[in-house]
Amino acid sequence: MKVNVKVNGQNKVFNIEPGDYLLDTLRKENYLSVKKGCDNSSCGVCTVLFDGKPIKSCSLLTAKIEGHEVITVEGIQKEADKLSDYFGAEGADQCGYCTPGMALSVYALKEENSNPSDEEIKEYLTGNLCRCTGYQSQHIAIRNYLEDK
Amino acid sequence: MKVVKHALPSVDGKGLMMGRPAYTDDLADPNSLIVKVLRSPHAYAKIVKIDTSKAEALEGVEIVLTYKDFDRRPHTRAGQGFPEPSPYDKFVLDQWVRYIGDETACVAAVDEKTAEAALKLIEIEWDILEPILDFETALDNEILIHPEPEIFENFPIGFDPKRNLAAAYSMEVGNVEDSLKECDVVLEAQFYTQAQAHAAMEPHTVNARMDYQNRLVLYTSTQAPFHIRRIVSQSLDFPMSRIRVIKPRVGGGFGGKQHIHGELLVSTVTIKTGKPAKMVYTRKEVFESSFQRHPMRLDIKLGAMKDGTLKAINCHILSDTGAYGEHALTVFMVAGAKVLPLYNKVDSVKFYGDVVYTNHTSAGAYRGYGAIQGNFAIESAIDMLCEKLGADPIEFREKNMMLKDETSPIFAIMGEGTEGTAMNMESCELGYCVSRGQELLKWKEKYPRVELADSKVRGVGMAIAMQGSGIPYIDMASATVKLNDDGFYNLLVGATDIGQGSDTVLAQIAAEALETTLDKIIVYSSDSDLTPFDTGAYASSTTYVSGNAVFKAAMDMKRAIVKEGALALGVKFEDIEYDGVVLKAGDKEITLKALSNRLYYSEDQKQLMITNSYFGTKSPPPFMAGFAEVEIDTETGEIKIVEYVSVVDCGTPINLSLAKGQVEGGIVQGIGMAVYEEVLYTKKGKSINNNFLNYHIPTRKEINKLTTEFAESYEESGPFGAKSVGEIGIDTPPAAIANAVYNAVGVRIQTLPITPEKILAGILANKAKK
Ligand code: FES
Ligand code: FES
Repeated sequence: MKVNVKVNGQNKVFNIEPGDYLLDTLRKENYLSVKKGCDNSSCGVCTVLFDGKPIKSCSLLTAKIEGHEVITVEGIQKEADKLSDYFGAEGADQCGYCTPGMALSVYALKEENSNPSDEEIKEYLTGNLCRCTGYQSQHIAIRNYLEDK
Repeated sequence: MKVVKHALPSVDGKGLMMGRPAYTDDLADPNSLIVKVLRSPHAYAKIVKIDTSKAEALEGVEIVLTYKDFDRRPHTRAGQGFPEPSPYDKFVLDQWVRYIGDETACVAAVDEKTAEAALKLIEIEWDILEPILDFETALDNEILIHPEPEIFENFPIGFDPKRNLAAAYSMEVGNVEDSLKECDVVLEAQFYTQAQAHAAMEPHTVNARMDYQNRLVLYTSTQAPFHIRRIVSQSLDFPMSRIRVIKPRVGGGFGGKQHIHGELLVSTVTIKTGKPAKMVYTRKEVFESSFQRHPMRLDIKLGAMKDGTLKAINCHILSDTGAYGEHALTVFMVAGAKVLPLYNKVDSVKFYGDVVYTNHTSAGAYRGYGAIQGNFAIESAIDMLCEKLGADPIEFREKNMMLKDETSPIFAIMGEGTEGTAMNMESCELGYCVSRGQELLKWKEKYPRVELADSKVRGVGMAIAMQGSGIPYIDMASATVKLNDDGFYNLLVGATDIGQGSDTVLAQIAAEALETTLDKIIVYSSDSDLTPFDTGAYASSTTYVSGNAVFKAAMDMKRAIVKEGALALGVKFEDIEYDGVVLKAGDKEITLKALSNRLYYSEDQKQLMITNSYFGTKSPPPFMAGFAEVEIDTETGEIKIVEYVSVVDCGTPINLSLAKGQVEGGIVQGIGMAVYEEVLYTKKGKSINNNFLNYHIPTRKEINKLTTEFAESYEESGPFGAKSVGEIGIDTPPAAIANAVYNAVGVRIQTLPITPEKILAGILANKAKK
């Protein structure tokens, strides 16, 4: 079947099987920033923005995105570039596998709530797991980015 | 120092966050066959008949592999130096399966759906065997997990499959029994540690293709690319010269990727079909069918005098290696070798025990291997002993622990799978770590407990730890520095960046030695065709062992540049002053940029490219003190880690923020082991929590405050004074948190993890006693 969708501002037609998940479709279409870490919405490395909201692409059927808009890190390069400076300053990226998904969640958080509390940041990003950093350096980096320090 | 001991951003972080293709699966051939494995539904069984004809007939299936397709060529999946101290007890595919999730057969097909469908069409007649699922009953059980005759040990490791023994070991300094008799106080305690999952965010994955020279090229998410090349060649009988192993960016390892995973099956598919192929583990497969931390039972006896001198340590361990014996002996030995020397003033110490096979997922390498288990037991027992003695646990440690310039006889006796190496502690700031940690946590105000309102109590506890820096007389690393026109360098290293930041750290060492900036060092690592040999990223070796190789190669390069500068300026080598940018001799000078352009284009043309290697003859331990403050709800047993303070002596931290990241990442994994994580099985041996919903790794909500500092310390034998820092962080949380829980509510947890249920049961039992 065919699905019409806007990805990173461009209109696309994806040729898919009805049971395909968005994560697999995107990777097949060469949006390789979208990572796979599990298959049941529990790690966050496959995060993309679906009509501006972060969702786990491993658990959304591609068929359901007809007519919607999807953003991957390829579509927010400038913001990811900037956020990565804050991560770099804190040593908040180790293997980096969680960071594209994190960048999208942070971007969406910023759009929704430009001045979140520490608790709100943690709450918003709980679904983005990281096994490497211990989280605190990421938290500081994200807060600094949001405060634009 | 201009580059070293600074907090510089990693060389790869930006590109990775921006989503540039860099990991193994990003680099797979888009036309790859999809390889899927049929996993055993039985904990122990023999294949009586296997019929793959229907699967093979399915449209889109390229090949089906069973044990019949492989020679019986035993090997180990442990990525260790050769010959490995792990038993050769694994076959690529076998007629026997030894745990639920074991490899039974394999399919390669044009897409995932076809491969999955084909797996379902494989028909197997099983002879289901009685498994061993309780490791305390494995030794000398009448059920034998490895009855096959072909398996062997490379050298004596205590391997005795007729007793279900993968390895065994024993050593004694002095006479523990005699010493204990003389002690005023003796403490005996038993501890259990659980299986923990690595849970790296990137699942195991590998892809293969035949290149235009008809060579097998593997991209694989591994910590030990050179060992992978060797094991693929060995076990498939395929010439090593026709194998290239490339390790791209790796999404976390923690020891889990120090093993063979899909490499053998994917390589076989590509060799047999000539087609590119790939395998990506599902998360369930990562949990059930890779590796985990060795569960252990540790029996500890400590003997001390009333004046607070520790006299004797007796430590017996039973370790569960699961279905195969990867790292069986070495993990076991580290539980002693990287813990017992902490208390180096004892008269006698005994360390012995067995590593047994069971029908569970294999245990293997996992950050802090052995050390975290041993540390939990010994550092809990020390607090228990102090209570019996009426001694202050910190003063007791300060009196009995390892100090600078001291040694322990254990260093010479115990290595990793072999004898050890005697060494003095040229650098050891453990005393500072202990005192600074108390200040940072405000220990004196908080010890042992502070009662809050609403049935909440806070308690503090601590533990000390040590690690090593590589495996002496075994680990070798090498580095190549190449000067380019325009005066910048390539640094080629076999060392394996798995996310810990070794590319950055090694480039910093090169930049410092060459007196240049980090952007002038272009680092490329872990490609068996292009980079020189390195044993891999394990045993806390990269900064120290690989770092020393980089330092030596960079210093050689600097001398070579000065030599060429002398030639260009027509002066003597000794007359040159060089600051990394300009070579000067009196009033003559030439910049590095001009000199390198001269070398490449105009006069005395040649390539400057230098390789040097480092072979460690000792393994200087980093040390740390970890302090936990916990809050317990006495009505529910609920536990919250309020703060964790770490003060670490890792010599010179080459990169301040990356070193801190190693410590904090380790601490949080250690907190996971201490309170949240445990691989659970049903009575039949089936994994219960094989996904992130049921297997709970810490999320950012559970992490409240981490305070991390480094002691001023300098290790003469390390590059710019550095020791290792990759593993030490994980060692202390189980004991420090157990001690804090005891100090808070008087409940001593001796079986990890420290769950609310266990705490509450202890609180209720204490109440009942009163
Ligand atoms: S891959 Fe989607 S949440 Fe893990
Ligand atoms: S940096 Fe490795 S998972 Fe976050």
